[in-house]
Amino acid sequence: MIDSGLAQISRALAAREVSSVELTQEYLARIEKENSNLNAYITVCNELALEQANAADAVRSKGEAGAFTGIPIAHKDLFCTAGIRTSCGSRMLDNFISPYDATVVERFKQAGAVTLGKTNMDEFAMGSSNETSFYGPVKNPWDHSLVPGGSSGGSAAAVAARLCAGATATDTGGSIRQPASFTGLTGLKPTYGRVSRWGMVAFASSLDQAGTLTQSAEDAAMMLNVMAGLDQKDSTCSDVSVDDYTAGLDKPLKGLKIGLPKEHFSEGLNAEVEQCIRDAISEYEKLGASIQEISLPNSHLSVSAYYVIAPAEASANLSRYDAVRYGYRCENPVDLEDMYKRSRSEGFGAEVKRRIMVGTYALSAGYYDAYYRKAQKIRRLIKDDFQQAFEEVDVIIGPTSPHTAFPIGAQNDDPVTMYLEDIYTIAVNLAGLPGMSIPSGLVNGLPVGLQIVGRDFSEAQLLNVAHQFQLATDWHTKTPDNQA
Amino acid sequence: MEWETVIGLEVHVQLATASKLFSGTSTEFGAEPNTQANIYDLAMPGTLPVLNKEALKMAVKFGVAIGAEISTTSVFDRKNYFYPDLPKGYQTSQLDFPIVGKGELVIDMEDGTQKTIGVTRAHMEEDAGKSLHEDYPDKTGIDLNRAGTPLLEIVSEPDLRNAKEAVAYLKKMHSIICYLTISDGDMSQGSMRCDANVSIRQKGSDELGTRTEIKNINSFRYVEKAINIEVERQIDLIEDGGRVVQETRLYDADKNETRSMRSKEVANDYRYFPEPDLLPIVIDTKYIEAIRETLPELPDVKCKRFCEQYGLSEYDALVLTSDHATAGYFEIVTAASGDPKLSANWVMGDLQAILNKDEIAINNSPVSADALAILISRIKDNTISSKIAKTVFEAMVDGEGDADSIIESKGLKQVTDTGAIEAMVDEVIANNPDQVEQYKSGKEQVIGFFVGQIMKASQGKANPGQVNKLLKEKLSN
Amino acid sequence: MPIELEDLENIAHLARLHLSEEEKSEAASSMSNILKLIDQMQSVDTDNVTPLAHPLDSVQRLRDDEVTETNKRDALQKIAPETDQGLFLVPKVIE
Repeated sequence: MIDSGLAQISRALAAREVSSVELTQEYLARIEKENSNLNAYITVCNELALEQANAADAVRSKGEAGAFTGIPIAHKDLFCTAGIRTSCGSRMLDNFISPYDATVVERFKQAGAVTLGKTNMDEFAMGSSNETSFYGPVKNPWDHSLVPGGSSGGSAAAVAARLCAGATATDTGGSIRQPASFTGLTGLKPTYGRVSRWGMVAFASSLDQAGTLTQSAEDAAMMLNVMAGLDQKDSTCSDVSVDDYTAGLDKPLKGLKIGLPKEHFSEGLNAEVEQCIRDAISEYEKLGASIQEISLPNSHLSVSAYYVIAPAEASANLSRYDAVRYGYRCENPVDLEDMYKRSRSEGFGAEVKRRIMVGTYALSAGYYDAYYRKAQKIRRLIKDDFQQAFEEVDVIIGPTSPHTAFPIGAQNDDPVTMYLEDIYTIAVNLAGLPGMSIPSGLVNGLPVGLQIVGRDFSEAQLLNVAHQFQLATDWHTKTPDNQA
Repeated sequence: MEWETVIGLEVHVQLATASKLFSGTSTEFGAEPNTQANIYDLAMPGTLPVLNKEALKMAVKFGVAIGAEISTTSVFDRKNYFYPDLPKGYQTSQLDFPIVGKGELVIDMEDGTQKTIGVTRAHMEEDAGKSLHEDYPDKTGIDLNRAGTPLLEIVSEPDLRNAKEAVAYLKKMHSIICYLTISDGDMSQGSMRCDANVSIRQKGSDELGTRTEIKNINSFRYVEKAINIEVERQIDLIEDGGRVVQETRLYDADKNETRSMRSKEVANDYRYFPEPDLLPIVIDTKYIEAIRETLPELPDVKCKRFCEQYGLSEYDALVLTSDHATAGYFEIVTAASGDPKLSANWVMGDLQAILNKDEIAINNSPVSADALAILISRIKDNTISSKIAKTVFEAMVDGEGDADSIIESKGLKQVTDTGAIEAMVDEVIANNPDQVEQYKSGKEQVIGFFVGQIMKASQGKANPGQVNKLLKEKLSN
Repeated sequence: MPIELEDLENIAHLARLHLSEEEKSEAASSMSNILKLIDQMQSVDTDNVTPLAHPLDSVQRLRDDEVTETNKRDALQKIAPETDQGLFLVPKVIE
């Protein structure tokens, strides 16, 4: 049963074919067996999970169960969970037991979900390979020598290896979509402001958005139904009305206008990956969609602008880690400066420090206009590009990543190479748009992701577009053990 | 050489909201350390700010009151620096788009003249916590109760020319924020604090000299002293061939000197940028007009009205209206007693004296406005003399009851019975033939002696007017 | 654009990070590469473009001025590195 997707599990629970406790026990047993290889979880909540599962079964026996009651999931370890360590993949927060729940966590609790544990991630979500975690790299279930992508690599590996029914994740520059692409999953990054950021440890406040990693679009729709919506505690959380995301999945795609950004099909894109994407496009044509080429002329500047804005915001967001009120403090500081500097230097890993440095530089006197302000202007151009494109098409489709998962350690020499990993995904965050990645083929036995980008708050449409593809194809059902 | 002083003030006013600027934690003063510091105030990971409606309203109210431009779109920024009492490692403040733009303040000098001082801007920001350096030999204790309390920082133009003007500006500012009830204005609790930017230049020059910033001066008296001593220091420095260094200085009241704050010597680079956790604050003119409607009568207008309506001197009106509560108290006394001049004298004189002596706010006065009005009425209707009234007032302060019961129980009622007074006058004249002789020979000031004797005999209760009249009649016979 | 050592040290200080000599040379080279990437932005003219600070085209919501929090000091200080009598303690700050 636990190999099934979240929606199927929900149906099985409703039909009393299985209990939440049985499911939870099965998952915990598999985590126990597999996690030491994959390193997908940082913290496993055995007791809490069984307690919640028991409670869920009790609710069900009273006839009060909802669609999510009793479904075992995992949270990326940057969602604050009351009473449970929330490490953010960092030594800095290795001892941080959160005193409160994130809104996302609270909503899943309310819905009756079971929390199996907290998943591994790049430190403070800064990375595209899950190698920057203080808790060590996560391995790709498809091939343990490969990265699962990042920063939500733990969530991706956990779902791909069926160590949970679905997982929460976050996406600042591609951190949901790229791991989804590398591990054969459906990743959903909603519109900025669709899901509350309260209790989500901040990396870059104007870019971070919570989303999901699941086996299918239907699963993602179920999770988004729980997560989405206004939260008064987050000023940037939108009050735009929330759809029932499962309700519109079955709409036929006839008449759908799909745009292919020519900039996403240029040099750098692996030929076999491109073929998978082209095949997927043909599939969409068969489903009644019309295809046209579009242009996002400033997309080549998105990585540059992103690596100013994200580090700048991060440099301020990470100033609170000062060893005063919580978190790591160095041994025997001689004075205040020593305490600050050693605690932060020992508590943060190399990539985090690098980005703090870049962000501090970009904001410092004399550079603000040339870097930060310039990047904000580029951000406007990029948003305008999308807006123009969406006057002609309904969704934009292309590759999620230029290639399939790469070996652990392969891209550690130059940070810039790693940064360019997110070349197709980053612009979407700068514009605040919703985006998905869905499995659309295998290259040498490794999954390829198709990115779908929509207008602001068009998650229902994106999920519909993804679901129709998944009804017509079976790429999303492929697993490391079953690629046929 | 003749020097001119140029002063600009930055006044930090704690806004009197119930909760903090960005969180629902209480702002009450005096709580146990860190009992008013919750997850947002402690900058726990993942916490986010939401702006307090009332703080915005108070900021706009201030802006409207000083006739300033109000920004219909304003933006919060992050000001980045590390300090243990700044939990987020940045202060949420406003740089490029403050809520209040240019306005002005008319200040009143002691000689009765007025001067208009430009206000550059006012913006909302969070207060920091408190660092306690004294409690431990090698540690500093951090109390974050105050962290996140809303502040309005009001920046003046460098229009002030001496310490007295600076004090007058502060007093007027204090008066206005108290009138607006946007702050309790209690300087001893830090509800109003002031930084002074001070420079000197040759008289007649248009260029500004290098300025120093004196931080955190927390009383009117210290502002005057700190500025004077800093000006003196700068003049000495320049006249000795040195030059002023742009720096932050601290005023030491015990030694009456300013000294450089070494810890702030490294040039700070605050790396301001727009706060991404907050969106632009957009208000419309309807909102601003609605606040304008709620503005109370402000000190200048009230002062003018007091002169016209009550026939008070400009000086009296100014003194009474500089404090909102005093003005209100006075108006109750006047209305009930029907004598503005006598009411003004009592409020500014005897009442103010006892309040000052015991450092009591007029709102907590031991003698209520109504009670004082009754006392004044008794002077007016000749029940007691002004002199006896002082005795009655003291008894009222001591809580012995209201004016009437004190007059009654102590038998202080003035003797106005002509027969009784006449008898006393006759007796005094009969007993002091020498003085009668002197009077009759032209030494008219002896009348004072007779009045004194009679007042003594009557224990002060004889009506002085009647005594005088009768004495003169009898003595000229 | 290669980054000067002095700039690097100044930034590290502003960010309260300690860099060993080895880390400094690594930082100098990686930051120079990153700045080269970032400098690609300079290839477009943005003189007439309004900066976009936020993807959300919306305005700030306001909160009623109500005290909603209670004293949770003891629970919150359990995770603090050093406290005494309700105060957070740090090495002596010299003014």
